[in-house]
Amino acid sequence: MLIVAGFFLASCAATKTEQGGDVDAASASASSSSGGEITAGTQEDLIVNVGDRVFFEFDSSELTVDAQATLDAQAAWLMQYPDTNITVEGHADERGTREYNLALGDKRAFSVYSYLAQAGIDTNRMEYVSWGKERPDVIGSDETAYSQNRRGVTLVSN
Amino acid sequence: MIKKILIILFFSLNANAALEVTIAQGKVEPTPIAITQIFGADSDTARYGNTLRQIISNNLTNSGLFYTVNEDLYIQSDNLVEKVPRFEDWKLIKAQFLLSADVSKNDKGIRLRMRLYDVFNAKEIEKLQLTIPDENLIRRVGHTVSDIVYERITGETGYFDTRIVYVSEIGPLDQRVKRLAIMDQDGHIDSHQFLTDGKNMVLTPRFAPNKQLITYMEYKNNLPRVYIYNLKTGEREIVGDFPGMTFAPRFSPDSQSVVMSFSDPNNAANSEIYLMDLNTRSRFRLTNDSGIDTSPSFSPDGDKIVFNSDRGGSPQLFIMDKNGDNIKRISKGRGVYGNPVWSPRGDLIAFTKLTQGNFHIGVMDINGNNERVIVRDFALESPAWSPNGRYLIFHRQKRSNLDGTGGEVTIHFIDITGYNERVIPTPRDGSDPAWSPLL
Repeated sequence: MLIVAGFFLASCAATKTEQGGDVDAASASASSSSGGEITAGTQEDLIVNVGDRVFFEFDSSELTVDAQATLDAQAAWLMQYPDTNITVEGHADERGTREYNLALGDKRAFSVYSYLAQAGIDTNRMEYVSWGKERPDVIGSDETAYSQNRRGVTLVSN
Repeated sequence: MIKKILIILFFSLNANAALEVTIAQGKVEPTPIAITQIFGADSDTARYGNTLRQIISNNLTNSGLFYTVNEDLYIQSDNLVEKVPRFEDWKLIKAQFLLSADVSKNDKGIRLRMRLYDVFNAKEIEKLQLTIPDENLIRRVGHTVSDIVYERITGETGYFDTRIVYVSEIGPLDQRVKRLAIMDQDGHIDSHQFLTDGKNMVLTPRFAPNKQLITYMEYKNNLPRVYIYNLKTGEREIVGDFPGMTFAPRFSPDSQSVVMSFSDPNNAANSEIYLMDLNTRSRFRLTNDSGIDTSPSFSPDGDKIVFNSDRGGSPQLFIMDKNGDNIKRISKGRGVYGNPVWSPRGDLIAFTKLTQGNFHIGVMDINGNNERVIVRDFALESPAWSPNGRYLIFHRQKRSNLDGTGGEVTIHFIDITGYNERVIPTPRDGSDPAWSPLL
């Protein structure tokens, strides 16, 4: 129960900041606070039941074991909803130059994208984009924020 | 346009060698200059005169190489355009140089006459007369006169009649709205102008060395690509129109090409440096390494490129020939380097370095020797050179907090000696400043 509540909190925080997602903060928080049904195959479903994001080590675009497990689950979920298309966003923390972090964000996004492709997801269903350090998920100038911001996020785009 | 006007209308412009200057390593003692009232016979011309005096005085003072002797001390209050000054009176108040000017109206516009005197040698060293066809050009004329005074006295090229393009920022840090904006180098609000509407995020604008163009990156339709903004027409044109992110653009010294990073999906989205010929639209790959290669910047002679790469493990600075040959690492210190920018004089590379939890902006010789830190703080980025190579502008960002406060980002100016730092005011937050060439 606690774990579920934690996921809902994460979903509220996450959905307000991401680009291009079709779930807005208002609808996500409304359904979570009312305890309403989650529609299968939606961003909210992905967030709550699978996990929409993976995290990276400092200055790395390698997928950790945890990240791979999350992406395996995402791949299975995407197989289950074959009409779903996604955009993968790569992000960096603020402790690097803007340009280097754009490059790093792109490598991170591509790591996720190619992992999902290898897991059998058709690349026609996927796009990826780097936001560098321009769209932090957690505001703050400390490692707690940075570790949340070094991320790859899977967004349902249709 | 104004350059033409000035050239036509100068009836005298002495071009002697520079006078004594006190520029040395380290702190510069500012040279005292007196600037008389800029006289005008009616309310309009008096107003123009006040504006011009203020612009000239601010410019010279902000350079750190001059200070304006307080007007209250002036013994002689005459218009000294046609009259020889009583040099003893100006010596007494320790003015080393003396500028006097007046403004009047004629049938072609606004006439400005200026005289510059060397007080200690009791002689006129510069004079000019020009007609300003349009009141809107007053600020530029003030900058141009400032350049003439600065050049005549210091022997260095001026930098006042220039503009700064930057990214104007507003809104929460996780949903920042970023717009291209442009202003005079002094940041005066009357010169400030937004170039984009904020709908798409824009980053890293840079001027063309000899055209009215800016290259920058924009997220149009959420696709991050390099664009060129034409300052004359306001048109925007994509440069890197192929699948994959293009970013970190800078013009070549002849403004005919853009060097930038391209993250090719067929190359595992690893960023490599490419040269894009703007005439033929063909692209040439310059780097080929499994590391990230970005932030390229040409030497002013166009022969070499300095760039940022993590090919050795951590981000460092490298130099290569313009065709990508002879790659050599130049950064030698500890820490993570980035943002290398070649000085317009050709002798120095400005950079950022992250070490021990702080960002540093510094300069090094082109072989990486003599690294010198100019400024250090929690978050500093985006050094850009003044066209005369004496100053840097950059941005400084405060720490942010979990509650969303903090994170203010401002544009700063500093002498590369490390002295005379000041904020260049912007109506909102500002980042990624870049300096135009002398107009």
